[in-house]
Amino acid sequence: MADLSINFNGIKSPNPFWLASAPPSNSGYQVQKAFEAGWGGAVWKTVGAPVMNVCNRYGTIDYKGRKIIGLNNVELISDRPLDVNLKEMRETKKNFPDHAVIASVMVESKKEAWQEIIKRIEDTGVDGFELNFGCPHGMSERGMGSAMGQVPEYTCMVTEWVMEVATKPVIVKLTPNVTDIVHPARAAVKANASAISLINTINSIMGVDLDTFEIRPNVGGKGGHGGYAGPAVKPIALHLLSSVASDEEVRKAGIPISGMGGVETWQDAVEFMLLGSTSVQVCTAVMHFGFRVVEDMIDGMSNWMDERGFKTCTDFIGASLPRISSFGDFDLGFQSVARIDHNKCIQCNLCFIACNDTAHQCIDLKDMKLTDEVTERLWPVVREEDCVGCALCASVCPVDDCITMTEIDTGRPHITWNQLIKEKPEVLQWDKMVEYREKNHIHIH
Amino acid sequence: MAEHYKPVKYKAWEMNLEERFQEVFPPLSEREAVLEANRCLYCYDAPCMVACPTHIDIPTFIRKISTGNVTGSARTIMEANLMGASCARVCPVQELCEGACVLEHDEKPIMIGRLQRYAMDYADEKKIKFFNKGKSLGKKVAVVGAGPAGLTCAGELAKMGFEVTCYERKMWPGGLSTYGIVVFREPVEVARAEAKKIEDLGVTMKTGVTIGEDIQFDQLLKDNDAVFVSIGLGSVPNMDIPGEDLDGVVDGLEFIEETKVKPLSDIKYGNRICVIGAGNTAIDCATIARRLGSERVTMIYRRSEAEMPAYHFEYQFALGEGVSFSFLTQPVEVLSNNGKVDGLKCVRMDLGEPDESGRRVAVPVPNSEFVVPCDMVIKAIGQLKHTPFIAKLGEYGIKTVKGYIAVDGKTNRTAHEKIFAGGDCIRSKGEASTVMATQDGKIAARAIYEQLTGNRIPEGTLKKSTDMTIEPAMEKGYALHEHKPRVHATAPTK
Repeated sequence: MADLSINFNGIKSPNPFWLASAPPSNSGYQVQKAFEAGWGGAVWKTVGAPVMNVCNRYGTIDYKGRKIIGLNNVELISDRPLDVNLKEMRETKKNFPDHAVIASVMVESKKEAWQEIIKRIEDTGVDGFELNFGCPHGMSERGMGSAMGQVPEYTCMVTEWVMEVATKPVIVKLTPNVTDIVHPARAAVKANASAISLINTINSIMGVDLDTFEIRPNVGGKGGHGGYAGPAVKPIALHLLSSVASDEEVRKAGIPISGMGGVETWQDAVEFMLLGSTSVQVCTAVMHFGFRVVEDMIDGMSNWMDERGFKTCTDFIGASLPRISSFGDFDLGFQSVARIDHNKCIQCNLCFIACNDTAHQCIDLKDMKLTDEVTERLWPVVREEDCVGCALCASVCPVDDCITMTEIDTGRPHITWNQLIKEKPEVLQWDKMVEYREKNHIHIH
Repeated sequence: MAEHYKPVKYKAWEMNLEERFQEVFPPLSEREAVLEANRCLYCYDAPCMVACPTHIDIPTFIRKISTGNVTGSARTIMEANLMGASCARVCPVQELCEGACVLEHDEKPIMIGRLQRYAMDYADEKKIKFFNKGKSLGKKVAVVGAGPAGLTCAGELAKMGFEVTCYERKMWPGGLSTYGIVVFREPVEVARAEAKKIEDLGVTMKTGVTIGEDIQFDQLLKDNDAVFVSIGLGSVPNMDIPGEDLDGVVDGLEFIEETKVKPLSDIKYGNRICVIGAGNTAIDCATIARRLGSERVTMIYRRSEAEMPAYHFEYQFALGEGVSFSFLTQPVEVLSNNGKVDGLKCVRMDLGEPDESGRRVAVPVPNSEFVVPCDMVIKAIGQLKHTPFIAKLGEYGIKTVKGYIAVDGKTNRTAHEKIFAGGDCIRSKGEASTVMATQDGKIAARAIYEQLTGNRIPEGTLKKSTDMTIEPAMEKGYALHEHKPRVHATAPTK
């Protein structure tokens, strides 16, 4: 069986699955119960400044009968006194010395306040810190959380204060509510942070009640932006993770990344790790189903690794990063067309209407004898010479492997946009572009 | 069109003989399995799991199908039930897991049986071996009878490190899974592959061996540290009516067995058949007869529809197969012409007062005899116990209940400290079923281990999910902060 243990810049964990700093890691009872269930580590719910919470705290998005594809919250950092949290951290670490216990921290923007709390927490024996520069609601209005994370200079300054006193690894947690996440990531690197984690939750309003006009979640008739998480945010998180993980400055620093945002299954976790996460953090999935989901995460990842012959997680962490590129470097000569396997087709015609109404009108409905099946319905048939290879039909097709995007060689030159405009800058004029296309037999329907 | 999107041929007369004996339910496609798995709510302390006699962690194995971890799914099943492939096909799921599914209330229950089959088929196709023989404990156990109870007990013991030998009277192991379950519910290959997995755990399989003839029970007891008796039940009893010995009157179990071991085209069947009895075996005989090609199959049962012992879904299935039912009808004589069956003389019955068991007693209606013309009579009115064998066990102090072997329910140990028993031969109450037999085997394996080693059962072996406590952390003293009862402010009255 594969070895799932990780060493996260000195923080050792029996597997890469950590509870994210959130309601599931609110207390010693919960964190220890989670460790019993198999979680490798936990980032404690943020401790720091005194707070008061409200009701209702959570709002969710259901999609066509599936519950909670997204969850938002307006809950604040821990509302339990610091002493209580510290006592339970100490106890937890004592009971589970081989698991990763990481304290998430957030106090007001004062050097003494940060340095004092770091020292007090370090005394409990925790394995490291996560600086919460991401909480987008409640705390940000008080100048904490994302208010710090959105200004790279603040991120750098506070991280430096912490690094001055911390002897344990310090993870800087980034907010996605910025224009370009690479800047706060570089700020963390500049301050010599030991690691980066991302993403925190995304600003959101979950919905409006059509009868009462109330905002969801409804707090006594009012509502406001809260932090959005859950399966729906995964693609956003993967993008932000890949931007940070492939940034030259971050790479040079050689620090690990803890990824999160919509991780629900072992497959999600593997994707995060392929894009550079050393550990993955989970919240919404456990809020939906309980700590027990980790059993399949461990089992599924382990089976996947065994099937591929990976012995340890480091064998595949970041393996997809070399494939991250940008539009200007894509091959303009790579061509694919849609091919329909009529033996699998159930004649729903969704491909036809998607292509005809919203794409490039290259699927026809034809009365043809394409299979042994006797049918009076028309068959969708691709006009390959007109297919632009957009993949919409394959995306809407409800039958597995019925429409396949197949690579073909049309003789188009294999050149990238960046190379093209360097070699032939004249194509930036429409008439020259048309000329270039004609010369290379590129026919746009 | 994709095979799995095609409507199933459900009319028997549209299928050829081979097709009629394929499994009634086709396997789920990957898409169907994933869609169905995603419908599962993943309940905590799930009622399906509690309802399963072997306590398979059903929500977990289904979740693993939904995440694409089908290997892990099969392992979750096998950890609780080594007969997972058989149970997936033959369990009366409507009465057990699916009947308990919380979605039964306002949707429809999850197809747990078919999802289990999907996971088990996957593991089989990929030839995944989940368990190995345990480190030798230097102890020997003999298992008499290689049906689901015996195979499970043997397999679990082998996993723990016992030297296990299974003795089986028939040519193939598997018991009723191999010989007694109709082939369109469970193909013989599935039962045999399941038995093979037990052999692969290092269990020695001695087939074609009859205890008391080829080897004496005394010898087994002498040579082994424990013996597990899982001899099942025997043939169908006599009806004690004239004409019972005629050519054309057959034992229902033998009739089913033929369809499992012979080419279908070699099986002799009548064109007009009377099946006597209305239990699940009787239904099997009737539906097999229809699928073989019998034009008229009538089930003869002396009580009414309300008392029939067959599962309701089996009754529904038989009706769909075109089997007709003659309730409140008692056979009194098998008639013949030239030594061959040509009719069944019956008498009409009425229901009288309830007997001790609460079932109303059937009373013959005077002068109501009539004849059902037929050329074959299949008896399926229960099974005899292996009385001589059980009588022999009496010499070791073993007690019986209603002719079944008496055991202690927690350990499945008999009155003799080295002899354990399980399966249909101990089922003095409750339904005889594959899954109950499997659980018997597990219980005995655990008890044998604990008795012979003096250890408690090691963690993770014979995993029983209901052992899980609601709040394990709380019990271990992790509730470090006190939960004070909250004082709820009274809402201000306006």
